[in-house]
Amino acid sequence: MIVAEQKSFDEISKMVESFDKVLILGCNECVTVCLAGGEKEVGVLATSLRLLRKQGDRPITTLEETVTRQCEWEYLDQIEKLAEEADCIISMACGVGVQYVAERFPDKWVIPALDTKCAGGSVKHGQWEERCGMCGECILHKTGGICPVARCSKRILNGPCGGSQNGKCEVKDVDCIWDQIYKRMMALGRMDQLLEIEPEKNWSKARDGGPRKLVREDVMIG
Amino acid sequence: MNEFQPKIVAFCCYFCAYSAADLAGSMRLQYPPTVRMIEQPCSGRIDIQLILQAFEDGADGVYVAGCLEGDCHFLKGNFRAKLRVGQAKKVLDDVGIGGERVEMYNLSGSMGPRFAEVAHEMHERIKNLGPSPLNKTAASAPLPAAAGSE
Ligand code: SF4
Ligand code: SF4
Ligand code: FES
Repeated sequence: MIVAEQKSFDEISKMVESFDKVLILGCNECVTVCLAGGEKEVGVLATSLRLLRKQGDRPITTLEETVTRQCEWEYLDQIEKLAEEADCIISMACGVGVQYVAERFPDKWVIPALDTKCAGGSVKHGQWEERCGMCGECILHKTGGICPVARCSKRILNGPCGGSQNGKCEVKDVDCIWDQIYKRMMALGRMDQLLEIEPEKNWSKARDGGPRKLVREDVMIG
Repeated sequence: MNEFQPKIVAFCCYFCAYSAADLAGSMRLQYPPTVRMIEQPCSGRIDIQLILQAFEDGADGVYVAGCLEGDCHFLKGNFRAKLRVGQAKKVLDDVGIGGERVEMYNLSGSMGPRFAEVAHEMHERIKNLGPSPLNKTAASAPLPAAAGSE
């Protein structure tokens, strides 16, 4: 899933300073699961903004809604009326959702309430970690199902680097993922596979090649 | 001069604080009438939104009272409550109301005197802090007979 984190309240409140009626829009998918932008967070942000603004001479009206997915037109169609009523929309979705909202409601000012962090998952309640760097050409079958692109600090494809110490990465306080790749490959009896040198990756398939676009003509109708 | 009488909401777990309040009553212990209790099945029922809502609806202070740590009937409810109160403190600081207006307490059903003590403690704390920023304008404006003004 996409992992995101709420911006500081101070930052959000400054972005809505000049608005009097805002629609706070949550998303029921990834950001609900990572506790950043679901129905509950919508409620807390709305109440917080009202509490803050009530203390000044410019109270704020909040409209609250959470849609199934902000990254799909059909769910945004459902909030057309609400969007019309508001001066601006605070999207509590990932960057994709925010952009869908902006595109769907071209005359509305849209504000992101979250910082979108990575494609990852929850490793325990309250902790999320990056797992995939969306490189466009997966090599997990060569690395025992552990991704060096997203999880090695240097993105090394033939690791580990010389800085790997006692299973820890030299760059930051994370496990050296190449250490884990080796341990797993060893356990699976596939060490020979690691002896093969992995050639340079075709990064043009990743973001480096520009924005990506996928087309499936076989499912397109009319 | 009209003295400031805070409005304090106490979210009390049924198994401890709520029974302790009963006991305090039977023991005829006095505690400030500024504390209004809301019964909860467990302190773990508390949610940051409930705390914020209490302030929005006019509370000057809020506290959550749960069982002693390790004694929650739902095992970890009071630990969850503690974390949520911590989170509420942060949000209240962020919005300018002040995190010191919310607190978490732990007691058992047999601690009637402690219940009264907690109520006094919170009453004093909020009295010293004065009305919540949201109630300030309301409190200082429409009391015609009050001597002196700000
Ligand atoms: S190799 Fe590429 S696609 Fe596969 S998990 Fe890693 S970043 Fe994602
Ligand atoms: S120590 Fe391991 S994870 Fe860190 S940069 Fe080197 S190979 Fe990558
Ligand atoms: S039962 Fe009392 S705090 Fe959970």
